[in-house]
Amino acid sequence: MNTILTILIVVGAIILVGAAIFAVVKRDLILATVATSVISLILSIFYFILQAPDVALTEAAIGVALTTIIFIVTIRNTKRFEDD
Amino acid sequence: MKKAIAIILLAFIAVELFVVFYKIPFGADRMNVARFYLENSPKKLGVANAVTAIVVNFRGFDTLGEVTVLFLASTALGSILFRRREIHTRLSHLRTSVEASVIVRIAGRFLVPLIILLGAYVFIHGHLTPGGGFQGGVIIATGFLFLLLAYRKFTIEHRTITFVESLAGITFAGIGLIGIFLGKTFLENFLPAGKLNDLLSGGIIPLIYIAIGFKVAAELTGILDTVLSISIDVKQKEIESQTEKNE
Repeated sequence: MNTILTILIVVGAIILVGAAIFAVVKRDLILATVATSVISLILSIFYFILQAPDVALTEAAIGVALTTIIFIVTIRNTKRFEDD
Repeated sequence: MKKAIAIILLAFIAVELFVVFYKIPFGADRMNVARFYLENSPKKLGVANAVTAIVVNFRGFDTLGEVTVLFLASTALGSILFRRREIHTRLSHLRTSVEASVIVRIAGRFLVPLIILLGAYVFIHGHLTPGGGFQGGVIIATGFLFLLLAYRKFTIEHRTITFVESLAGITFAGIGLIGIFLGKTFLENFLPAGKLNDLLSGGIIPLIYIAIGFKVAAELTGILDTVLSISIDVKQKEIESQTEKNE
């Protein structure tokens, strides 16, 4: 059981760092927003493993769903002013 | 000069932190406050979830502040972005023109009641299981978000939202004031604690969390409706500019 948890944590951490770098580097803002929501999803799994289910629920509901939607709507309705 | 000051300040903070942390033995439990909460929340209050006991009972005043902050944020957003009802109805034909796919609409029919039920469960059982008013409210708001995205004809009456939100806020503050009238402090528990792990236990905590759940759900649904109605507004402007170009 313990080894499975360790593997889960390591894989999650690798995906988390990868998604964070992707969100910073990528110039497509919609994809970057989706990457941040992936970060929130993995973080909420981590909170659950670390026995903080209250925080995990908050992170899953706010970080994955609400913030992503508000960001995507805002990005779609605004224009980009720098050169691509 | 600036760099030297910054380095001196950093060194000062580092020394202070080192002195503070050096005195604490590694892994030792020095948190008397945490121990107090963990011992007293099941015993005195009859609350199984210690986090809820801290958030609503021991630190209830902070929670009232948090709810007020959320209220102010939604009010500010509404005052900047909210469109009046006439504009809304004038733009309603644009809503019907952008319809979600059949899969999303049919799935919404099954999922939305379940999502709202889950949210209600989370905030009603806030004192027994993980979660509480904020989490349950956000889950209910995501259910309404599903409705807003799937059915473009679906509109939310802002008057209803305002009514629910004010009623929930007044309930929260009123429960706090009853504590004062009974000769205790603001937001102090005045109901019997009940048996541990019962649904009707924990004194005023379930009542306050139900109020917070309704308040947060109403506020966030209002925010989402306002933000999504703006996107229709922008689309209308784009169509207008295109027709001008064509002419």
